[in-house]
Amino acid sequence: MRTLVNVFRELAGLFIDDGLFALAIGVVVVLAAIVAAIAPAVPIAAGAVLLVGCLGVLLYSR
Amino acid sequence: MAPAVSAAFLSSLVEAVEALTIVLSAATVRGWRPAGLGALAGLASLALIVLALGPLLDHVPLQALQLVTGVLLLLFGMRWLRKAILRAAGVIPLHDEALAFAAGTAALRDQALHHNTRLDWLAGLASYKAMVLEGLEVVFVVIAVGAGRGLLVPASIGALAACALVAAVGFAVQRPLARVPENTLKFAVGVMLSAFGVFWTGEGLGVPWPGADLAILGFAALFLIAAVAAVRLVRSPAQQAIS
Repeated sequence: MRTLVNVFRELAGLFIDDGLFALAIGVVVVLAAIVAAIAPAVPIAAGAVLLVGCLGVLLYSR
Repeated sequence: MAPAVSAAFLSSLVEAVEALTIVLSAATVRGWRPAGLGALAGLASLALIVLALGPLLDHVPLQALQLVTGVLLLLFGMRWLRKAILRAAGVIPLHDEALAFAAGTAALRDQALHHNTRLDWLAGLASYKAMVLEGLEVVFVVIAVGAGRGLLVPASIGALAACALVAAVGFAVQRPLARVPENTLKFAVGVMLSAFGVFWTGEGLGVPWPGADLAILGFAALFLIAAVAAVRLVRSPAQQAIS
């Protein structure tokens, strides 16, 4: 069991290092998904939210 | 196709260098037999994982695959990029393969003091773990950059070429490849994987990117500008004065 937990932890560590940083990326993706759902006529809006959000997270998370 | 192959090649180069350092540590402490057997067992496990899970990719709807790999690429690529930014700015120390080699060797020797009879096993296990974990990262990058556009084969060739190159050089020089500019590579790979991440996530959400695949190059340019700006912003005034 302990080995499995360790393996899972190692695998999660590939994607999540700083929890807040990962959470911020997740929030950006969810916001983009919400925009895509409420404004299907302007799909590029979701793309803009995604791109600007990710760049913002990168700059803000120094 | 070139961005996918380059991303797979460069990220695999970094992962292979890290795996080589650990395998060399194990070989230095206990010889090539347990280290080599551990590495081979790791490669065999990876091959089994790919053979078992690879065919499942064909059954996943393309849009779901793009969304999942896109989000995972964002987490993976931006994590690399952020770390490379902090290292380039001097906030955290650069990854030093010679230091990692010395630490790995010391850790194995320390374990030997307590478990002398199991040292072969421990050295083999260290090699095995390094191959599986670093290899899984390589497999993930290949799938993430290649699966969405049917580029799995070229991406795999790029990754295998990098691994073969590192293995050949490592076997020839028999010491860690400390001269590989790892942070520069991580910086470049972080930029590329983040760009792929935005692209695939957007495709998964139904975003019609202007310029189609060419948009990836635009995103990479934007991530590069943002990352360079972040390095300058993070650097303390004292460090800026020195440089």
